[in-house]
Amino acid sequence: MGGGTSSYREIEETSVILLWGSNARETHPIFFHHLLKGVRNGAKLYVIDPRRTSSARWADLWLGLEVGSDIALANGMGREIIAAGLTNDGFIRHATSGFETYRAHVEEYTLQRAEKDTGVPAEAIRKVAHAYARAPRAQLCWTLGITEHHNAVDNVLALVNLALLTGHVGRYGSGVNPLRGQNNVQGGGDMGAIPDRLPGFQHIENEELRARFEKAWEVKLQPKRGWTLSGMFDAMERGDLTTLYVLGENPADSEADRHRALKLLGGLEFLVVQDLFYTRTAELAHVVLPAAAGWCETEGTVTSSERRVQRVRRAVPPPEGVRDDLDVIYDLARRLGHDWGKPDSEAIWNELRSLSPMHGGMSYRRLEQNGGLQWPCYDESHPGETFLHGRLWADPLIGPRAPFSVVHHEAPVDQLDKDFPIRLTTGRRLDDYNTGVQTEHFASPLRREEALDLSPEDGVRYQLREGEKVRVTSRRGFVVAPVRFDPGLRPGLAFLDIHAHGQIATNNLTIDAVDPRSGTAEFKAAAIRIEKCIED
Amino acid sequence: MDLHFTNAQPIPEERAAVDAELGAAAKLGDGRGTRAIANGHLRHERHLLLPVLHAIQKRIGWISPGALNYAALRLGIAPAEVHGVASFYGMFSLEPAPATVVHVCDDIGCEVSGAEKLCAELEEKLGAEGKPCAGKNAKWKRSACLGLCERAPAALVTVAGERPAEQVIAPASASQIQSAIEAAEHDTLPGIPDELKVETAAPRAGSAGLRLSRRIAEADAIAMDGYRRLGGYQALAKALELGPEGVLREVAESRLLGRGGAAFPTAKKWEAVREQSAQGKTCYLVCNADESEPGTFKDRILMERDPFAVIEGMTIAAFASGAATGFIYLRGEYPLAAQRISHAISDARKAGLLGEKILGSGFRFDVELRRGAGAYICGEETALFNSIEGYRGEPRNKPPFPTQSGLFRQPTVVNNVETLANVPLIIVEGGAHYARTGTENSTGTRLFCVSGHVRRPGLYEVEMGTTLRSLIQLASGVGGSGKLSAVLLGGAAGTFVAPDELDVALSFEGAHVIGATLGSGVAMLFDDTVDLRRILLRIAEFFRQETCGQCVPCRVGVVRQQESLRRLAAGKPLGKVADELALLKEMSQAMRDSSICGLGQTASSAVDSALKRWRLFS
Repeated sequence: MGGGTSSYREIEETSVILLWGSNARETHPIFFHHLLKGVRNGAKLYVIDPRRTSSARWADLWLGLEVGSDIALANGMGREIIAAGLTNDGFIRHATSGFETYRAHVEEYTLQRAEKDTGVPAEAIRKVAHAYARAPRAQLCWTLGITEHHNAVDNVLALVNLALLTGHVGRYGSGVNPLRGQNNVQGGGDMGAIPDRLPGFQHIENEELRARFEKAWEVKLQPKRGWTLSGMFDAMERGDLTTLYVLGENPADSEADRHRALKLLGGLEFLVVQDLFYTRTAELAHVVLPAAAGWCETEGTVTSSERRVQRVRRAVPPPEGVRDDLDVIYDLARRLGHDWGKPDSEAIWNELRSLSPMHGGMSYRRLEQNGGLQWPCYDESHPGETFLHGRLWADPLIGPRAPFSVVHHEAPVDQLDKDFPIRLTTGRRLDDYNTGVQTEHFASPLRREEALDLSPEDGVRYQLREGEKVRVTSRRGFVVAPVRFDPGLRPGLAFLDIHAHGQIATNNLTIDAVDPRSGTAEFKAAAIRIEKCIED
Repeated sequence: MDLHFTNAQPIPEERAAVDAELGAAAKLGDGRGTRAIANGHLRHERHLLLPVLHAIQKRIGWISPGALNYAALRLGIAPAEVHGVASFYGMFSLEPAPATVVHVCDDIGCEVSGAEKLCAELEEKLGAEGKPCAGKNAKWKRSACLGLCERAPAALVTVAGERPAEQVIAPASASQIQSAIEAAEHDTLPGIPDELKVETAAPRAGSAGLRLSRRIAEADAIAMDGYRRLGGYQALAKALELGPEGVLREVAESRLLGRGGAAFPTAKKWEAVREQSAQGKTCYLVCNADESEPGTFKDRILMERDPFAVIEGMTIAAFASGAATGFIYLRGEYPLAAQRISHAISDARKAGLLGEKILGSGFRFDVELRRGAGAYICGEETALFNSIEGYRGEPRNKPPFPTQSGLFRQPTVVNNVETLANVPLIIVEGGAHYARTGTENSTGTRLFCVSGHVRRPGLYEVEMGTTLRSLIQLASGVGGSGKLSAVLLGGAAGTFVAPDELDVALSFEGAHVIGATLGSGVAMLFDDTVDLRRILLRIAEFFRQETCGQCVPCRVGVVRQQESLRRLAAGKPLGKVADELALLKEMSQAMRDSSICGLGQTASSAVDSALKRWRLFS
């Protein structure tokens, strides 16, 4: 099961928070307000981010590591925790495996080595390692700074190692939490919108699990996993994928190496886009199906970062010509020869409950009565779980041991050299979400003109004025953007947001170096150069 | 802290003023290759906000957006919140202001002593109120009671700058104010904010039989040696021998009731906190020195003339209740008291009478002085806690009471200055002996602030149960025209008393008989030339100014009350006079019943009592 282990409430009642590769202040404002309550309640906050972001300004200590050096930092912290005798030996013995191999592996990651790889002073690394290990309760939270790398899964495993070393998982107030960017990112995964999973994280390649679905649905299911999003683009390139049905995604703007993505989407035999908005991808489509707004025009559920399933109710009917996703899919099924009858969100939900054990106890009635329930919730007498992996503390241990992982530091794929000397990292800002499809039409008092953020020192070095346009070039493409100086950046580090693709197509620059296990590209690390622009 | 209204930056002087208060900033956002920045060490020190705002105001004369942003950044508070706090207090300006500001009291005590005439003269000589004086870096403005009623009319001069200064002028004349502005321009204001003449402040100082005020005639009581020679710190030594239980027993036997206005048994508060400190909870002691009730100045004189008595009383209270940290929250308009108290604190520390191992025992206690910034409401105990904690001084709901959840949400003893000054006396002579003075239910003596139309205004200490008539006689009788028309007892939140009620006994229960209250010990006399309607209007205006605006009955009620009185005074009631009076009565009932704190509950008390006694409008 994949999800944050802890509830928001636990963030408020923990004693140490590591916010790693996340500018939650801007990108996860709801989560961040729970975090701030924790801080006000006395929690220490450590922010690990190449940029000194607005989140980092709230931190007790900010570690400004080199982009993509997270594993070196985590391994260095792990080694320090072991060397200082701060490991939770009881927990390691009781519930984990592979500790000795891990210990031998991280031996080389001394504080000095970690300082060299990450650029963060050894003393600061030591401080955070000690604070995390000594805390009665600690939360490790991360976002795309960890996962948008070519070695994303390794990055996550390196962090999980720290939680296993210290026993900061499976207890109230201690946990590991990837933060979700929207109200229902979690729910999408839970429902099986992952290439190798059926609803409830049940592996499609497991015959027994698959058989249950086949029996219920009276169809044969493919026995093998599907493609990830980046895998689909590779398949388009090979000519294996010629038809694409896109629901609520905007890959024309969001894929790394945008030139390639546009070329491949444009070459499809048949492209259908179903969306609330007429996106850049929709512009390329053969058929566009206008979709109802999930949050106010449809019935159903959403699932938040803390695994809480909540009801969504239709408040207004969709505008004319616009249909509920369910309607469209049912109609499509009918045309393909399967009459599923009339769509009924509660009936569909009950079907899910019969197939996904972790949702078993979540009837609409209970969801409404309780203001939502947290999975797993196996039956109607189960109150749901505040935190995950409590089994690791059960005596005797329930289920398999949690393994330590051996992971190596690897620098980002797009290396810096004399032609591309500046590290570009990307991200979001408070006012906008992802490619801006949902947000760009709203006025925001804080939104500023899109720009390439540079350190003031680089401004001096390149003799730039604030607002002056520069040509930003990577090994894949270029954009023209005005510059803005951000004292939260160090020399040699630049930042572009991913929102305004109409103005600055950030993904012209990014690299599609994909982690094969997660299918996510290394959006966080491109190598660029900047040149003064002759005004057009 | 990242919520900037503006990109306004502090000027170096503002930055320095904040840093001087908080200690130099760690590296903040310079970005020059820095890879680790520690901050947030002040995040849990929000209580430093009020001192920081004072520091900016004192240095610059106003709090600019840049200074505000910087204070917010240093303390990790959103600028909007800092703005909310800064704009709460009358002594802080959020708009550019001249360095020198003269606060001229036009409140009831000063009004009957010529404040309006003074203001008219100032207008002629210095220009309009609130506007910069021509050719000078100064302005004058009207102010609520400055607590200098024994020397009315009064003025307070504040000068911002590299060498900030404060100066009391009382009684004030236009020419004295002019010279003070001149002196401020030339940086020649005297270092001592006030030359308090004790024979003016407390005409009976030095007389036999005084207890609380026995030392105020002695000039050297303000120094440690003098205080000790005059019997100081004997009580603390004895308290340490008695132990906390013994001290509690003596105070319980003394039947001391709080002198701040609510008359709550002091020993009960201490015992409640004692129980919780015994369980290991952090507990606080707060001395409420935010004496802002119009007509009140007794605590000021105690602190100016006998500061160690307050510190000693606090130390004993802390010993008995188990508090290790104490705060004195002092009214912002009391510069001399601030000076004397802070000297006394530092001398007591040097002498081992504050800090670790007091008098060689295991007892540890220290005191911090916090100055208010011009908000009457902060005298309400829970508003006072919020103010110290760096929030807007808005009262909290009770319960929980301070003894359960007070300062920093910890069990807290909060006592008035005069209450604490009684404590050493009780310990030295024993609770039972102390209780022999006064009446059965109101033991001890009481300090009264006699002002207005009286021959010798000032501080008078009398035994509880003394009649109002005797008090007035002690002060040499009615002044002005010599014909008394009313006495305001207990302050703006108190009650008017008619000339035929002067035999009221000045004790808690005695005042109760005629529906009055001793309040903060105010007895302000008005002769028959005074238009009481004007006095009522001024009182109503005072509450309109001073409501914190948090709860509806008070926020709306104090405005409507003033509007209603204005209409009555102008002879333009809504409907008949009787209708308007009925409306007033109804509003007053609503405020009494449903305001969350004493301000709203008593905002109509004086008006009510006057309307009950006299037909002022017909």
